Order: sequence, then structure tokens, then C-alpha cells
Amino acid sequence: MSSNTSVQAKSLLGLGPARRASSTLYSKPKLRLALLLAAPLTWLVLIYIVALVALLITAFWTVDSFTGQIQISWSLDNIQSVLTQALYRTVTLRTLGIALLVTVVDILIALPIAFFMAKVAGKRLQRAMVIMILMPLWASYLVKAYAWRAVLSNDGILNWLLQPLGGHTPGYGLTGVIIAQAYLWLPYVILPIYTGLERVPNSLLEASGDLGAKTVRTMRWVVLPMLLPSIIAASIFSFSLTLGDYITVNIVGGANQMLGNLVYTNVGAANNLPLASAIALIPVVIMFVYLAVVRKTGALENL
Amino acid sequence: MQFKTAKLAALFAAAAMVLSACGTATPVATSSVPTKLGANEKSVSLLGWPGYAEDGSNDPAVDWVTPFEKATGCQVTFKAYGTSDEAINLFKSGDYDVIAASGDATLRLIASGQVAELNTDLIPSYANVYPFLKGKAWNTADGKVYGVPHGYGANLLMYKKDTVKPAPTSWDVVFDKSSAYKGKVTAYDSPIYIADAAVYLMAHNPALGIKNPYALDEKQLTAAVDLLKQQRANVGEYWSDYLKEIQAFETGDSVVGTTWQVIVNSMSAKANVGSVLPSEGATGWSDSWMVSSHAKSPNCAYKWLDYIDQPKANAAATEYFGEAPATAEACSFMASADTCASYHAGDVDYANKIWYWTTPIANCLDGRTDVKCTDYARWTQAWQEIKG
Repeated sequence: MSSNTSVQAKSLLGLGPARRASSTLYSKPKLRLALLLAAPLTWLVLIYIVALVALLITAFWTVDSFTGQIQISWSLDNIQSVLTQALYRTVTLRTLGIALLVTVVDILIALPIAFFMAKVAGKRLQRAMVIMILMPLWASYLVKAYAWRAVLSNDGILNWLLQPLGGHTPGYGLTGVIIAQAYLWLPYVILPIYTGLERVPNSLLEASGDLGAKTVRTMRWVVLPMLLPSIIAASIFSFSLTLGDYITVNIVGGANQMLGNLVYTNVGAANNLPLASAIALIPVVIMFVYLAVVRKTGALENL
Repeated sequence: MQFKTAKLAALFAAAAMVLSACGTATPVATSSVPTKLGANEKSVSLLGWPGYAEDGSNDPAVDWVTPFEKATGCQVTFKAYGTSDEAINLFKSGDYDVIAASGDATLRLIASGQVAELNTDLIPSYANVYPFLKGKAWNTADGKVYGVPHGYGANLLMYKKDTVKPAPTSWDVVFDKSSAYKGKVTAYDSPIYIADAAVYLMAHNPALGIKNPYALDEKQLTAAVDLLKQQRANVGEYWSDYLKEIQAFETGDSVVGTTWQVIVNSMSAKANVGSVLPSEGATGWSDSWMVSSHAKSPNCAYKWLDYIDQPKANAAATEYFGEAPATAEACSFMASADTCASYHAGDVDYANKIWYWTTPIANCLDGRTDVKCTDYARWTQAWQEIKG
């Protein structure tokens, strides 16, 4: 022990500052941890917490309607108008409805695809399908949204396909928004459900079959309970991504507005940052409530 | 728990202090108006409507920026915006030396101290500008000149000739009779569009007593809002990005709605559109070039203001956008001889029939003192309600 210390002291005297620093860090694990975490933690605090707090604070300020300058006088006007005016209620309900529908559509599409990938397809096909599902993520979001604008247009491919059958493109509007959003977020929904299904042991399905359960019964009472956390985890993606979106609705939504558009027009056009902050708090609150409810199901461990 | 709350409160307080320190820069009014110009800087950054400073990158034949760069050595960067509100917001960033703004933005820029008073002696070409464009409410305040005119024009009605028959002569195709084109009507996405409804009501509902579409009391605004809500049911989509409108008319997703001459000029022959200045008259714009009060390149900025009102450059810029030029001399430089005639350039009576965009304020612009008028903030709120 004593010889060990003397060796360490000797090397401390004889070596450069880098070596000395590393020796100090070696002997002080708490300092080591602090230095290691300082950068990412600062980042996290600045980006998430300070930004959220700033958003909250701005909501209590007002703006001079003529000059467009922000005035720091505390008032509850913005919060009050967001809570009481019919416009915000309508748009919030519309946005919630779209987010829910997109989530339901995505889950309905994702379940059979994920089941096929996890339990039916062979190894090669499985890998090919994962790549196919991830592929659209390589293209820009805007390109995909504008592609849907072309598809849904009056002289677009959808009309060309449907017209012989007596159908017609839904055109630009809420249906278009739901279709485009469901398409955009589908990979984020398939992947968590797929990994969830991978974790369901085949032996359980076989056991259920051996005991006489039909496919539907096995799905309902064996697979679904085990899969529920994954489905909820997937829904967090599609739900929250839809809730905050304003670009897709701008491109294929016709004259409709979602919460993101109200935020956008208040920042970009009306130049009313405080009111925009107040509106931006609506989806934040909705997501907090959603996550709080979902936490109990254990879905957050499946993200 | 108590401790946690205290820490959180401290964090809030700290964040509030940081924000109040950096979030709101009070406008610094530049006190001195330059009396002579110095050496040109290396660059100048412009903010304007699309098509106001073309350097040949959109169309090699359309270029009046490069000659300016060659003559002055000022490298131009240009950013286009879609609505006046967007312009004000971008300009506030302080990244721009010069802005081309319409009347619904200029007053706000002057009031907030964002633009500087001009010494027109340093802008030789200003002398040739049409007198009826000078000293107007949107470019002059308290006798001080803040902007030099660029050109002026009206917001037109565009329609697809094969679907909208007979060819419209009234705005009623987008208002009272818009249900015939349900889902295919388009309108400009800005609160200032409320004035278009007011212009229509001036002609069709004289009982409301609207004298100026930018001076609406609460009752008149309600009537305009009701008209626009009724229109909303038939609107396919609103536009502020002019490329979006071009595309919607090309594909037939929009067939009738408000437009700019530059959009009409950009449409392909296949789209088969026509445009008209309807009988009720129209809203329009008279745009001004202004210099930022925080300009990093004030000398190049003045040089640009002088350049854009010189006949050749003014002709190129206004002919490309599709508006009447600011000077009579510009007409002789137009590529097409009848451009000036078709925009009624220099026709004082015609120019006075256009309701130029201006910022609605509480003091009625039509001179009424017995009522309070609705201001732009109220219009913004109304516009969001209309869109629903």
C-alpha cells in the first residue's frame, strides 16, 4: 500500500499536466461523472426546460398591436382568451380529432404488417420489410407532403384511379390531412409494434392453439395484452407528431387550421408571440395528460 | 417538496430576467439624417415582395440586380416574403438594410422606429417620381419622407375561362355567388383581405355607410366578417405563397379568386386563365423602398433606392411584377409598349380609385370622429375567426 502511494506521487511529480489531470480524475469518481455529464445536461436544460419555461413566461406578456413590440406587463389575457374563445376550442377539438384518427388508422394498418413481419415472414423477407418501412424516412418530409398535394389534386393520380370506379379524390381538406399524416407517421407506429411482437414467444401462441383457442381468441387474449404497451408507445409517436404539425395541413388541408397553424400565424403573420405561446401550451398540456395516463400502462418502457 | 418549489421559482425568476434583458429590444430612433453619402459598402441585403429584385436566377432574361452590382460594387442579397406581416417580422430581425413594403406595413415600420427618415436630396431619381405618389400617408409621416415609391397596382380577380362563365366583371363570383364554385374559390390569406370584402360591401350594401375599406367601425367590420364567413364555406384554400396559387390554378383545384398581375403573367397557356379589375373597384398597393434604422450598409442602401427609381431599372422591375411604374420616364423603357397603358400608369383618376393597402387604426381613416374604428389587431383576430 505504502509503496504504491510513493509510486503514484513520484509519477505525479515527474509527468505532464495531462497525466496529472487524469490521475486526479481517476481518484475522484464524482468529479469524473460531473464533467462527463456537464455538456449533455446543459444542453438538455437549455433546450427543453429553459425553452418550456420561456414559452410559459411569454404567454403572460402582451404585444403592442400597432408597432408589434413585445411589452412586459404581466396579464392573464392570453391564457384567458385561449381558454374561453370559441375559435381555440374548435381548433383544439379538430386537432385532437385528427390526431386520434391518424393514430387509429396507423395502428390498424401497422398491426397486420407488424404481425406478418414478426411471426410469419422468414428472416430474409423480414429484413427486407424493415428496410422498406424505413425507406420513406430517408426522403424529406416536405417532399412527401407535396407529393400528397399532387396525388390528391384534381388532376392527380388518385382521381385518375378512382374516376373509372365512380369515385373522386377527397381533394384538399381534413380527409387529405388524415391520409397524408397517417402515411407520414406510419413507420414510427410499425416499428414499436413490431419489436413488441418479437418479444411475444411463439411457444405461447402454440400453447394457446394446443389448448383449442381459435386465432381470434389467441389474438385477443394472448397477444393483445402483451402487445398493449407497444401499441400505446406507438400511439405516442403518431399522436404527438400530428398534434404539433402545421405544414401538412397547410399543403393538403385546404382552408382548414390546426393548432400549429394558429401558432404559426400568430408568430409569423399576426406577430403576437405571447398569444402564440399561450396557444402552444395547449398541445403541451394535452401531451402531459396523455403521458401521465399512459405511464401507468408501462408503455413508456417500450419507447 | 418545499425546497423543490423554491428552486423552481428561482429558475423561473432567472429565466424571466434573462428574457426581459434580451427578448425586447426597444426601438432606437436614428437621430441623424445623412447629409452626404460615404464610400459604398461591399454588400446590401434587401427584403421585398417576390419579383422585386431579380438577378437572373429565376429567368436569365430578367435581371436588373446585376447591373446595379457592377455599377456600385454592392453585392445584393434578396429575400422575398408572402405577406406584410411576415415582412415586418423578418425585418425586425435586423438582418436587412432595405425593405420594399406596402402601405399596410409601412406605417407600422415607421411607428416602431424600424425605418429611418430619408434625405431625398441624396436620391436624385426621386425628383422624377409621379407627384401623386409622393407625400402619401404610407410613405411620409409628419412631413418626413420614409420611403421612395416602387410602383403601384390593384389586386385583380383571376378565373379559369373554361369553368367560370360568363367572364366575371364583379367580385360577386367570390362573394354572393361563390357557391357556384364551392371548394374551388381562393382568397388571399391575410387580415388585410377583409378590406376586399369591405370594397364589395361599399358597392352592394350602401346602407352600411362604408366610406373607406380600411376605416371600419365594429358594425361594418361585422358585416364584412359575415360576408367572409359565408365565403369561407366555398373556399378551397387560402393562399399567401404565390407559387401555391399558381399551382392550384394550373391543376384546377382553384378556379376563381383574388390574384396579382405577376401571377397571371406566370400562368401557362394550358391553364387558360383570365383576369379582370372588377366593377366595384379593388384594393391595391403602392409600395415603398425604405432604409432600416439599423442598416449595416446605409450607403449601398441609398444607392439601391436611387437605382430602383431610375427609368430603366424601374421599368424592368415593375413590368416584371405587373404593376404601374413610379415614374413616367420608365414607360419608354418597357419591353412592351402598351404595358404602361394597360396599368393606367400616370392616370391620376385611376390611381385614386384603387384602395391602397394601409394599416387600419382606431382613429378612423375616413375622418369620422363620432365612432372608434377597428384596428389591425382586431382585424387579425377577426381573420382567424373567419378561417375557424
